[in-house]
Amino acid sequence: MTYTKLVFELSSPGRVGYQLAETGITKTNQPILDASLFRQEPASLPEVSELDIVRHYTKVSQKNIGIESGFYPLGSCTMKYNPKINDEMASLDGFKLIHPTQPLETIQPLLKIYYDMANMLNEVTGMGGTSLNTFAGAHGELVGLMIMKSYHEARGDHQRTKVVIPDSAHGTNPASAMMLGYETITIKSKNGRVDVDAIKQALNHQVAGIMLTNPNTVGLFEKDILTIAKLVHDVGGLLYYDGANLNPLLGLARPGDMGFDIMHMNLHKTFSTPHGGGGPGSGPVSVAKHLVPYLPKPVVVKDNNQYRFDYPSTSCGQVGGFYGNFLVVIRAYSYIRTVAQDLMNVGPNAVLNANYIQASLKDLYKLVADQPCMHEFVMNGLIDQTSGVKTLDIAKRCLDFGIHAPTIYFPLLFDQSIMVEPTEVESKETLDEFIKIFRRIAQEASTAPDVVKTAPHHTPVGRLDEVSAARTPVLHYQALTKIKEN
Amino acid sequence: MFKYLPLTEADQQSMLKVIRVQKMDDLLHDIPASIRLKKPYQILPRLSESQLRKHLKTNQGKVLQSFRGYGVYEHERPAIIDAISSRQEFLTSYTPYQPEVAQGTLQYIFEWQSMITQLTGMDVSNASMYDGPTALSEAMMMAVSVTSIKRIIVASALLPQAEEVIKTYARHRGVSLTILNPKDGLIDYAQLMKEMETPFAGVIFSYPNRFGLIEYFDRLSPLIKAKKALVISYNDPFALARLKTPREIGADIVCGEAQSLGLNPNFGGPYLGYLTTLNEWVRKMPGRICGYTKDNRGQRGFVLTLQTREQHIRREKANSNICSNQSLLALQATIYMSALGKRGLVKAFDQACLVTRYLVDQLIQTGLFTKTYKASYAYECTLTAKVDVKKLEKALVQKGILFGFPIEQNQVVVYGSETKTKEDIDNLVQAIKEVQHDLH
Repeated sequence: MTYTKLVFELSSPGRVGYQLAETGITKTNQPILDASLFRQEPASLPEVSELDIVRHYTKVSQKNIGIESGFYPLGSCTMKYNPKINDEMASLDGFKLIHPTQPLETIQPLLKIYYDMANMLNEVTGMGGTSLNTFAGAHGELVGLMIMKSYHEARGDHQRTKVVIPDSAHGTNPASAMMLGYETITIKSKNGRVDVDAIKQALNHQVAGIMLTNPNTVGLFEKDILTIAKLVHDVGGLLYYDGANLNPLLGLARPGDMGFDIMHMNLHKTFSTPHGGGGPGSGPVSVAKHLVPYLPKPVVVKDNNQYRFDYPSTSCGQVGGFYGNFLVVIRAYSYIRTVAQDLMNVGPNAVLNANYIQASLKDLYKLVADQPCMHEFVMNGLIDQTSGVKTLDIAKRCLDFGIHAPTIYFPLLFDQSIMVEPTEVESKETLDEFIKIFRRIAQEASTAPDVVKTAPHHTPVGRLDEVSAARTPVLHYQALTKIKEN
Repeated sequence: MFKYLPLTEADQQSMLKVIRVQKMDDLLHDIPASIRLKKPYQILPRLSESQLRKHLKTNQGKVLQSFRGYGVYEHERPAIIDAISSRQEFLTSYTPYQPEVAQGTLQYIFEWQSMITQLTGMDVSNASMYDGPTALSEAMMMAVSVTSIKRIIVASALLPQAEEVIKTYARHRGVSLTILNPKDGLIDYAQLMKEMETPFAGVIFSYPNRFGLIEYFDRLSPLIKAKKALVISYNDPFALARLKTPREIGADIVCGEAQSLGLNPNFGGPYLGYLTTLNEWVRKMPGRICGYTKDNRGQRGFVLTLQTREQHIRREKANSNICSNQSLLALQATIYMSALGKRGLVKAFDQACLVTRYLVDQLIQTGLFTKTYKASYAYECTLTAKVDVKKLEKALVQKGILFGFPIEQNQVVVYGSETKTKEDIDNLVQAIKEVQHDLH
């Protein structure tokens, strides 16, 4: 049986897992606070000893697989190795124990890291200015659009109410635009790429900008990018780059040189910081020179070899409590400083790895674009559909072999999408193993389809009932204790 | 070759053969020649691991003995937090998209939701938000979405970092913000009544507030609800171990910064925003939510649920663009709450309040400070000083001390963590006596 206890179920009244300091301060008879200010009932938190907590979470962790457990080819997620030295650097006391409002003279090295990091990211992206104040890719996108909005407004250009987005875009693109009150115009893809004629038709003086990712989510480079940039600039709009797929461009091309005006990147993808089971990320925003005044505040500036925060009045605003996820920035800084000129080899190796898997599976799986891909490629299920084995089944069977499944059912352009992104950190042997597994699953689909359709068989839990989870939501332990399990 | 790039020349050649191309460039024809990168990046020079270690160890910030909170709090922090959360299964995994191999993440999110709803008293929590201020911004947008009215009133004195961020979100979304001036550090009731005559989507309260003061809104909630608007409460969850829950006094949405639940100051991030609400508003809630279910073997299991609110399904009709975000920090907070537990968190709160009282008393006894406000305070207290507190801050830094946050030339908010002892405070007072004559 799999360990499925919750920490609450280890609780026994009176047990403790903490120890407080002896303050040496004598209590007076006067109560510290009037009891009328107190809550009625104490919060029902567990009471567990330290060892039992450690054992509990160790067992819980063993139900997860991480990048160190095995290959993790999630498309568009760029699951690369998270180097240990970066974690070690982020754990230094002089970073993690620093209060964000400490006087400037005590935090000069930290501001220098921000300053240098922004400059290095400017160079890698070909942009004119970078802010590290954003917490995640989606947050970077939202702030990027705030910059777009601030720019148009500063020019007195208030008619721009629309943002153009291809149907292959990540879901965050239209959702970010919505959050700022923009109307979105969806452009249909043509042969896996954005349709330039459709863009032409959509463009006018009401368009604030276009959001694109390049390579796109089909894994193809948008080869008309220079034309698209010219088209949108000609009507006064801006070109936004969703940096989720930046990894393959390292060493090959820069968004700034393609004509992008604003972009975000994901330090937890391209720059190797751990995903943490869903955060913390970091989503720096970079802009072309003419948009630098609109970057979020505060901005780190340098005068006379001293660093300080600046709060420009033109800024799109303060977008988080302080300066973003600093410890994530430290990790990415460590990555760039150690990898250095080998960053030039990241993109090419990532592209080669993806093409190698694509070429090795295309006789069994339906490629959505039978041409060289960039960092990832998409298969629309099996070529032989007679078994009725679907993408979901393939993904679940994949888990039985100790590797994470690729991204599935995205992009939404195809009904059986399987999106594979190996990244540059994987050896040929690892790719060969993956290819072997995917070929075996294809074979099983015709010889023993039920094995695939009922997978996974070797994971801590089997297929989970997502429908009833949504129909009768049980969202915490107290609710769980009220229902009868079984 | 480089240690993170395993493909050898021979590997590359054999792979190109399988792909049926001659050379790497044959895969890259789609990139226009005019934008192909032609020269290496001009970045800082390469460091080996030992060089990097030396470089960063000699370029850290100055660690100070801190009497400052102001939204970022030092607490007793069990070593097990880092030991557990640095396990690769937690640290290096992705968002739990394949729940069969991500039960670890899903289970602690479920535990996190269970604990934070216990502290706030609310029905549901999401998996986490970026930080407190962005959580409050999303809460504000929830109220706007529920009521279709684009106006929010801020009644309590919020921490400035929260106020600044909601201003940004409001401005870009066309939401009008009415921020009341505090009266004696508290809510200006007359002003609030007047502002409530114009339609509004919600009112934001906060306790302890910017000045460390405790003020409840139980008398106001019914008036706000009568106008079909939402009551939003912004709280340090550490304080909710002891103080009345926002639920008890009528909140619809409770959110805030959970850095105080076992996270280091981290120079501002990563932190942990939380957002909890009533069942009534769950479909308007942003972010991931984890729910209980069963697998096909009849075992207990957990999945991400109610996903039709979210961007990857609903795109431009989603509640928010937020994906997963501060998961690992939610794990840290969950371990912290497990360790402190039902009694420990209350004890830590009481002890922090005790330490703060001793701190305040000792500071007042120097003759340099008086209490600015009369109202009840918890573990932070605003003091009015006879000296320039910014100069005092500077002088104390020389002695390795981070004094309270100077909110004015002559006002400072001090914080007494439960980790501080009588000796620490006596040392502070001694240091102030030593530098006070240089401050006038």
